[in-house]
Amino acid sequence: MGQKEMIAMLLAGGEGKRLGVLTKDLAKPAVHFGGKYRIIDFTLSNCMHSGIDTVGVLTQYQPLVLNRYLGIGSPWGLDRSDGGMAVLPPYVKSKGGDWYKGTANAIYQNMGFIDRYEPEYVLIISGDHIYKMDYEKMLEHHKSTGADVTVAGLEVDIKEASRFGTMILGEGTRIADFEEKPKHPVSDVVSMGVYIFNWKVLQKYLIRDEADRKSSHDFGKDIIPAMLEDDISLHMYPFKGYWKDVGTIESLWEAHMDLLGCEPQLDLGDDDWRIYSTRHNRPAHYVSPAASIRESMITEGCVVEGEVSRSVLFSGVEIGEGCHISESVVMPGAIIGAGCKVYRTIVGENAVLEAGVVLGSPEGTEIGVVGSDEKIARNHSLQEVQQP
Amino acid sequence: MMNKAMGVVNLIHETDELESLTATRCPATVPFGARYRLIDFILSSMVNSGISKVAVFAHTKYRSLMDHLGSGRPWDLHTRQSGLFVLPPSSDQIHELSRGDLYHFYQHRDYFQRCKLEYVVVTRSHMVCNVDLDAVIDYHESQNADITVICKKQADLLGGKTRKVELGEGGRVKDMQDHFGNMDSDVHSMEIYVMKKDLLMDLVQTSLAQGQDHLVRHAILSRIDRLRIFGYLYEGYLGVVNTVEAYYRTSMDLLRPEAWRELFFRPGPIFTKTKDEPPTRYLEGAKTGNSLIANGCKIEGTVINSVLFRGVHVGKGAVIRNSIVMQNGVIGDGTQLDRVILDKESQVEPHRDIRGTAGLPFVAGKRKTI
Repeated sequence: MGQKEMIAMLLAGGEGKRLGVLTKDLAKPAVHFGGKYRIIDFTLSNCMHSGIDTVGVLTQYQPLVLNRYLGIGSPWGLDRSDGGMAVLPPYVKSKGGDWYKGTANAIYQNMGFIDRYEPEYVLIISGDHIYKMDYEKMLEHHKSTGADVTVAGLEVDIKEASRFGTMILGEGTRIADFEEKPKHPVSDVVSMGVYIFNWKVLQKYLIRDEADRKSSHDFGKDIIPAMLEDDISLHMYPFKGYWKDVGTIESLWEAHMDLLGCEPQLDLGDDDWRIYSTRHNRPAHYVSPAASIRESMITEGCVVEGEVSRSVLFSGVEIGEGCHISESVVMPGAIIGAGCKVYRTIVGENAVLEAGVVLGSPEGTEIGVVGSDEKIARNHSLQEVQQP
Repeated sequence: MMNKAMGVVNLIHETDELESLTATRCPATVPFGARYRLIDFILSSMVNSGISKVAVFAHTKYRSLMDHLGSGRPWDLHTRQSGLFVLPPSSDQIHELSRGDLYHFYQHRDYFQRCKLEYVVVTRSHMVCNVDLDAVIDYHESQNADITVICKKQADLLGGKTRKVELGEGGRVKDMQDHFGNMDSDVHSMEIYVMKKDLLMDLVQTSLAQGQDHLVRHAILSRIDRLRIFGYLYEGYLGVVNTVEAYYRTSMDLLRPEAWRELFFRPGPIFTKTKDEPPTRYLEGAKTGNSLIANGCKIEGTVINSVLFRGVHVGKGAVIRNSIVMQNGVIGDGTQLDRVILDKESQVEPHRDIRGTAGLPFVAGKRKTI
C-alpha cells in the first residue's frame, strides 16, 4: 500500500431530516439531483477531477441504496487496486461497537483506515453539497499558507449566514474566530464543510475530543473551536463559484431552478468538469407533437406529451397530454397523468399522479412535495400531500 | 434464464448499402436511434435472454467497433467466466479477407471448441429488434429442429433488404432466397440462426471441404431439404437497416410512440456504451414536437419530426425538420434543415438551408462543416 499525500473522507451518513419524505428510505447523499445524478456524485466527481484516488465514504443512515449505488466506485474512476473507494459503515470492534456519534467521531472510528495510507493531509468533505471544486487548488493554498487546517469559505449574503458556520478572518486568510450557526452573524464568510487537515494534528484532536464526554463530536461545533483555542494555524480558502447545501426542500428546489436558463448558475454541461454518475440505460426522450417545453431540463427515458416550463424531469418520467408542469422537479420514474397541473412541487421517485390532479397554484410560493412511490388520486385534498 | 447458448455476431460480408454512413465504420457501429449503435440491439437481446458469452466476428473498418464494445461492460459481458470476444480476421491478406464467413469461423474454430455450451445463435448486426432468444431456443427444441431461423412477417420493410422465406406446414422452411430473388413472400429472415454448436462446426468443415464458404448462401440454403429448418415468427419491432433509405425511414418510424415503447423496452432494455452527458437543456425559444432527443443537447431553436443524438446544439431560430443529427452536431443560428442526415461531429454554419427529398435524404459525412 503506497503512501498517499492526501486522501479524502466523505461524510455520507446524514439523515437529511429536513428533506422529509424524500429521505424516508434514503440517505441524503443518495437523493436524486439534476435529472440523472445523486447529490453525492458532485463530491465524488470533484475528487476525481482533483486527482484524489483514495476516498473513504462514511455511511450510516439508510445505507442500502447508497451502498448499492456506490459499488466499487467505477463511475468515478475509484475502482483502483491501490487506494480507490472504501465504504466505511460503523462496525463492531472487540470491545463493542458504536454508531457514529458525530462527524468527528466518524473519522475517529476510522483512524485505522486513514493510517494505512500514511497521508500527510486529510480532506474532509460532505456528501450533501452541490458544487464543483478543485481540491488540489485548495491543497496548494493550504501548503502555501503553512496552515495546519484550511477551511473552504464562501461569501454569502449576511442574512443567510446564520444558517452556516461563519468565519471571522484575521490577517490575510487566517481564521481568527469561528461561530457555528450564530444568531447574529458578524461575518459573511461561511464554512462550506470542506476541510484540509494535517493528519498528525487532526489525529491528536480527534483523540482528545473522543475523551471529552461533553463533546458532541462535530467538526464545526467541537474540533475547530478547540483548535482555535489552542492557537493552531487555521486558514480560510476562498472559494468562488456555485455552492449549495441542499438540506431543505426549498434549497433542493432552488438548486434545480439554478440549472435552468441560458446562463445557468450551475452548468452541468462543463466539458472540463463533468459530473459522473452510474450508468443509465434509457432511450432518448420522446416529445409528442402536442408537447411544449420551455426553459427546462429533460432526461433520457422521458415521454413528454404536455406542457413543461422551468422544470427538471429525471429519467423515465412521463408527462401526460394536457398537463401543465411549472417550476417543478419530477424525480425518476414518476408518472403524471393527463391534464394534471403541477406548480412548484417536487414529485418523488416513482410517484403517480392520476389524471387531473392539481398540485400547488400559479401564485403559490410554498414548495410542495410528493413522496416516493406515493399515489395521488384526482379528488385528493391538498393536506394529503405530505409537507416536509 | 437460459445459459446453454453462445452468441455470434457475424459481421463478415454484412449487406451494406449505407453509403457514406459506413465510410469509416462497419454497419455494426452506425449510430442509430438517438444514442445507440446498430449492434446494441442484437447484443442487448442476447444479454437479456441470458446469453453471457458472445463472439463478434469483426471483418473490416472495425476501429469504432473496438472502441464501442470495449470490455463489454455496458452489456454486462465483462464477467470473469465468459464475456465478450472480438475476433478480427486472422490474416490481413486481401484474398483471405474476401473469403466467406465459414472460412473465418474455421480460422477461429478453437474458440468454438473451447466453449462448452450446446447451442450457438448466429446473428448479423443490422437487424434492429428486441427479441427473446430464450423463447426461440424453446421453440427450436420443441420442433426438434436442426436449425431455427427467426423470421418476421412484415409488408413494408421501409427500404431494408432481406432474404425472403417461404414457410410451409408447421413452420418448416420450404424455400429461402437472397433479397434480389423473385420469391413473393412477406416473411423475411432476420438472419438469426439457432443451431447446435456441433452442427455449426460440422457445416463449417463440410462446406469448406466442398469448396463453399458462406454459411447461409451455401451451407444452409443447399441443405433446406436435408435438414429440419424451421422459421420462428417474431412479433416485436423490426427495422432492417442496411440501406440509406431504410436508415432514414426506420429512424423516422421510431417517432411513433408505440414503436419507441416496443423497441426500447419489450422484452428488455437496450444497452449501449455510456456517455456522461447531462440532461438536455431547453432554452428560451425552443420548440419541439414529435422528436426523439438524447441527453446533452442544448436546444434554442425548433425541432420537429427529428432525431437528435447526444450533445447536439440547435442554435437560435434554427429549424430542424424530418432530420437526423448525430452526436455533437452543431446547427448554427437560423439554419434550416429538412430531410437531412448529419453524421457525427458535423457543423452547419448559421443561416444555411439544406434540404433532401423524401426518397433521398441529404447525407453529410462525419466531421463535415457545411
